[in-house]
Amino acid sequence: MPLDTQNVTQDRGTPLVEMRNIRLSFGGIHAVDDVSIELYPGEVHGVLGHNGAGKSCLMKVLSGAYKKDSGDILINGEKADIQNPRDARNYNIECIYQTLALADNLDAASNLFLGRELVTPMGLVNDGKMEAETRKIMKRLNPNFQRFHSPVSALSGGQRQSVAISRAVYFNAKILIMDEPTAALGVEETQMVANLIEELKSQGLGILLIDHDVHQVKALCDRASVMKNGKLVGTVKVDEVTEDDILGMIILGKNPEKGMA
Amino acid sequence: MADSTDKTDLPQHTRRNILDTMEIDTRLLGMIGAFVIICVVFDVWTGGRFLTPRNIFNLTIQTVSVAIMATGMVFVIVTRHIDLSVGALLATCSAIMAITQTAILPNMLGIELGSSLIAPITIVVGIIVGTLIGAFQGWLIGYLTIPAFIVTLGGLFVWRNVAWHMSAGQTVGPLDPTFLSLGGTSGTLGATGSWILGVLAAGFVLYLLINARRSKVAHDFPVKPMWAELIIAGCTTGAILGFVWILNSYQIPAGRLAREFAAAGKEMPEGYTEVYGVPYSVLILIVIALVMTIVAQRTRLGRYIFATGGNPEAAELSGINIRFLTVKIFAIVGFLCAISAVVASARLTYHTNDIGTLDELRVIAAAVIGGTALSGGFGTIYGAILGALIMQSLQSGMAMVGVEAPYQNIVVGIVLVLAVYVDIVYRKRTGD
Repeated sequence: MPLDTQNVTQDRGTPLVEMRNIRLSFGGIHAVDDVSIELYPGEVHGVLGHNGAGKSCLMKVLSGAYKKDSGDILINGEKADIQNPRDARNYNIECIYQTLALADNLDAASNLFLGRELVTPMGLVNDGKMEAETRKIMKRLNPNFQRFHSPVSALSGGQRQSVAISRAVYFNAKILIMDEPTAALGVEETQMVANLIEELKSQGLGILLIDHDVHQVKALCDRASVMKNGKLVGTVKVDEVTEDDILGMIILGKNPEKGMA
Repeated sequence: MADSTDKTDLPQHTRRNILDTMEIDTRLLGMIGAFVIICVVFDVWTGGRFLTPRNIFNLTIQTVSVAIMATGMVFVIVTRHIDLSVGALLATCSAIMAITQTAILPNMLGIELGSSLIAPITIVVGIIVGTLIGAFQGWLIGYLTIPAFIVTLGGLFVWRNVAWHMSAGQTVGPLDPTFLSLGGTSGTLGATGSWILGVLAAGFVLYLLINARRSKVAHDFPVKPMWAELIIAGCTTGAILGFVWILNSYQIPAGRLAREFAAAGKEMPEGYTEVYGVPYSVLILIVIALVMTIVAQRTRLGRYIFATGGNPEAAELSGINIRFLTVKIFAIVGFLCAISAVVASARLTYHTNDIGTLDELRVIAAAVIGGTALSGGFGTIYGAILGALIMQSLQSGMAMVGVEAPYQNIVVGIVLVLAVYVDIVYRKRTGD
């Protein structure tokens, strides 16, 4: 993607999300230790690191799944109070978890609207309306998707992924967290996700992309933050560093000489 | 996420066979089949005594109490919990209601015995107590995270003996006549009332079927062929009206009618007959089944119950408050235990110490035979009721052919294990 990095770094206005000095520990283990990152509108921000580096924990603080011990989260420059997933949703933060977080026994529509069901005037869930909406968004995201009445346990990995993605996209997310969205996908489906990220980015969403694949991060992200042992190693502009630079950050915890953001 | 070569709108779903075309739940069909086989076998075995209006009437009223609680047990098991305390909770509710109507209301509040206020007040008291105890157990499970098995196992000991303590170990009675009418034989709708109920129920089913089809057409979803709709409509309305017809064929014994006339100070006319019809207790079960089905399928509460059973983590990440949900589920079970306590004690006409003993196991068995998976996420209200009916027919059938109670229990135990095995095989075959 042809991005003007110079421009992006200099005049980006208020960040969409600013996480400042976030700390999170589980029984004495510092899962996230004084980490600060920010995300701008129209930016894809990679979050990298080994397993257990704390990337998923940091993201779960933002999505409300974990409560931070200290630190601040600012949304559009204002302090946000995120105590649970519902709060995060109210700030238009959507998260596609690595596990997809689908209720396997329910169908696609029930999963898409879980926690935000469409109801009839009598307050009963409106399955017809929800299915119609699901069909609409699926036509856009995955036109081959047809199994609207099967429980999602019966779907293929790619189909399940598209249910999880449609859930994030349907509710007009402003901030999208994707935790290894392509880990379980084939080549073609990975390309679909890449195209979708491009499309959402052009609509001005901010996307936090957790990934292991440095090559993919180079291709999709504008900036990348690397974490190691719960701490932030550094944040770089991906176009100004090499893949080896990023690998060095991940493995050795060593920042490159140029390209820091 | 695949290539987008297929641009057709809503490609036609291929119908594999006739059952698929009619969109019939094959598990339901299997259960009905098992029930029919049990009925036919026992009818032949007893020389036609099993499928008489009298026996079907008795079978129905014997099933009600367990069936009511089983509908609540579905929610508990669907969310991967268990409730071992329902029988004991029933006993506590029964004891409180018996004492309320025989001692507290007449002696302390000065409401005369026989007053029409006694039954309603008693039932409200019972329901409040049952719901509160259920909610309390749910709080222990949801908020203090004590496993449901332990909480309700403790509850089994506690509430069974709280009931014993309250009634001082004695049988409490006689109970209020209005209250007794909810037990079965002493309170029925009669011929006309039953037919009205049957026609209303049949009309309601037709309305639901038409509405469902209309809603599908409105959203441009595929609908099943008209003949399939007609067969389903015919079978269900036929079953409802047939059931009413059977209960309406059971005549009240002449001796009992004569006593009633004598009590009213009148002479019974020659050749006078009257039929039982649908008992009030069955009416209660029907209403509860209806409400619980709506809760399960058409409310957010129900959706959250099933989502939590399927994947608790996903439910929590979707913003569902699982702890409070657990409180609600166990409160519902407590409420239903109180209703069952009304029906059970009214049927016995007394509160006894051993009321509801082993009911927890019957209720769990009914839910499980009815297709509720202990691994969570799957279960239906109608399945649990059918499960209760299947177990009750097995037991009374065996009793009629002279099988002694211990042997009956052996058979029921085997059937329970077998039913779950069949269910596992079924799930593997169908892949859901």
